[in-house]
Amino acid sequence: MTRILVLIVGLAVIGFILWWFFGNHQVASATADVTDNNQSVDIEVNGGYSPEVVTLKKGVPATINFTRKDASSCLDRVVFSDFGINKELPQNEKQTVKIDTNKSGEFQWACGMDMFHGKLIIK
Amino acid sequence: MTITKRFWISLIFSLPMLIGMILMPFGIMIPGGEWTQFVLTTIVMAVAARPFLQSAWASFKKHHSNMDTLVAIGTATAYIYSIYAMFTNQSVFFESAAFVVTFVLLGQVFEEKMRNNASNAIEKLVDLQAKDAEVMRDGKLVKIPLSEVIAGDLIRVKPGQKIAVDGVITEGSSTVDESMVTGESMPVTKQVGDKVIGSTMNSNGTFMFKAEKVGNDTMLSQIVELVKKAQNSHAPIQNLTDKVSEIFVPVVLILSILTFLVWYVFLGATLANALIFAVSVVVIACPCALGLATPTALMVGTGRGAKMGILIKNGEVLEDVNDVKTVVMDKTGTITKGKPEVTDIVGNEEQVLTIAKTLEESSEHPLATAIMDKATKITIVDKAQNFQAIEGKGVQAQIKGQKAFVGNDKLLSDVTIDSELQKQMIKLQNEAKTVVFVGLNKKIIGLIAIQDAPKETSKEAIATLKARGLRTVMLTGDNERVAKAIAQEVGIDEVIADVLPGDKADHVQELQKQGKVAFVGDGINDAPALTMADVGIAMGSGTDIAIESGGIVLMKNDLRDVAKALELSRKTFNRIKLNLFWAFIYNVLGIPVAAGLFFAAGLTLSPELAGLAMAFSSLSVVTSSVLLNKTKIETKVQTV
Repeated sequence: MTRILVLIVGLAVIGFILWWFFGNHQVASATADVTDNNQSVDIEVNGGYSPEVVTLKKGVPATINFTRKDASSCLDRVVFSDFGINKELPQNEKQTVKIDTNKSGEFQWACGMDMFHGKLIIK
Repeated sequence: MTITKRFWISLIFSLPMLIGMILMPFGIMIPGGEWTQFVLTTIVMAVAARPFLQSAWASFKKHHSNMDTLVAIGTATAYIYSIYAMFTNQSVFFESAAFVVTFVLLGQVFEEKMRNNASNAIEKLVDLQAKDAEVMRDGKLVKIPLSEVIAGDLIRVKPGQKIAVDGVITEGSSTVDESMVTGESMPVTKQVGDKVIGSTMNSNGTFMFKAEKVGNDTMLSQIVELVKKAQNSHAPIQNLTDKVSEIFVPVVLILSILTFLVWYVFLGATLANALIFAVSVVVIACPCALGLATPTALMVGTGRGAKMGILIKNGEVLEDVNDVKTVVMDKTGTITKGKPEVTDIVGNEEQVLTIAKTLEESSEHPLATAIMDKATKITIVDKAQNFQAIEGKGVQAQIKGQKAFVGNDKLLSDVTIDSELQKQMIKLQNEAKTVVFVGLNKKIIGLIAIQDAPKETSKEAIATLKARGLRTVMLTGDNERVAKAIAQEVGIDEVIADVLPGDKADHVQELQKQGKVAFVGDGINDAPALTMADVGIAMGSGTDIAIESGGIVLMKNDLRDVAKALELSRKTFNRIKLNLFWAFIYNVLGIPVAAGLFFAAGLTLSPELAGLAMAFSSLSVVTSSVLLNKTKIETKVQTV
């Protein structure tokens, strides 16, 4: 009897994992505030990036500020492969990344191990 | 708390349990038994493993998962079950949780060191910069920091000093060691009018130079920028691992639950044994080796290239190089020295040279430079009017109302060449000399033969490329006979001659039908072909636009580096594949073993061993990448 119960619970947990990780969930996104020909966005790094999708305005110099709260070495670097940026993020320190917004398009950023991703939209 | 600190804490509190495990067969038990284990493991979990748990929870809330998720779930399961077992008087496995945390942290400590190793090639490049410079200000030489040097400054360089920025020598001469930028080990002689590169080392002379490029515009800064971009670029092969790592962790969790269910529900194992199998599965399956495989190899490979004077711009190029079947080369400046000299003049020498000089005076064509060098003694009396340059053909203008022209046979549509001149032309062309016609009033008055000798290294370079099984093709705007003579001299298989500058890219495209093509060139007219080719290789001495268009830049202008660049790219790409293979194989084999699939054969993996194996897998991938620094780039072949 217990074994059947365990089986049912186990299968339910599998179902939950599938729904939780692969289901369609809303992602936090943000648009940069433009002030005095400058735009900036703050991103908190904690088990991923929040916001995960950042929209920047084309042609306006942009900075993205990363603050890593997470102790995991998984997230200790942030890499923008299209911009040649690979920045170390010491824990609980605000790190500024300058983005060249002359080209519009969608770009990815990722952690040093390419496990976590964020999206940058320039338009 | 740093990873290193967490590792030490974890190790110190795990050690008593390890000693206990070793002493157990001898009947010696650690005092306190399970309670000691409980206390020690609790400390490890609370201090060393807490960041894993926090990170796992933070990403779980965002519907993400990472390697910490696996470590956290694995160790927490072992720990919590052991507490339950302790109170119900069953066997505990606290030590599994503590050991896994220790091993995972050990792996991370090494990995962090290795990763820093892999990325420091760039810092070394930046360190090459001079710190200050002696600059002429208000008629006096003053020492100022590098950052204050501006373009136009006159700078003095003494023997043994580093040249601060890029510029042109205005006074004095010296030999300069440019190896840090070009990889060329022989010092180069520099005189007034020669360009010097910032960060290179002046050896024996003192000279003054005028700063042309400072700050981010210097060659070194540009190189650093380029290498940085390359090191962080995405190789297309990575798209695969991106997809895998996205679904990897949840899939592993599901597998682990299935393992537990199969053992506990269907095979009737005890709760403890079923849990051990499940925990082993979670612990062994860390995808970080997969994630590290490509970027670390890319970093080391491109960094090493930079040291050899070979700049590989991105990961995509690396992949394309692997399938290159044909190497197409531009002639002038690539195979040859690019410094043509006038060797013969047919006709009235003074008259021929005068007209040629008058016409070529304002031309920047390399052949024009050769004519100007030859005609230094001649003074021009009548200026050319209605000057007209016809691309790929020559120039024409009016001199004293008469129509004069200098150019190749393509310019001669309405002029006939008499047979005597024709014979001489063929003779000269067969000697690998480019023949230029000089004409006045629709009549040819003479020929100028110009030779651009091949570089000493070209023959060896071509032999190396052929030894690698590559088809070599020369693409040139020059006359067929001249091109063939040069091709024969250096050993090139095929010649496509008489190509107009605008058509180079079309020829490359034509060759692409038979396989991937690498194009080597240096001029403005090569830029479209460099872009069109699967792999564009630009000579560093070339024009900025050529360097911009190429995927690989050779700082040394040595054709032999083409083979080296191809070899380095191939080695790096193979290393990426090898890394990926190991990372995959490791998980594909490790998970079934951990799940107890080979239990009947007596092959199982405890959670501790799984943790050790996992630490080892990411470590081995990073080590393999760093070893790329040590592999031989052997491209020498015997030339007869």
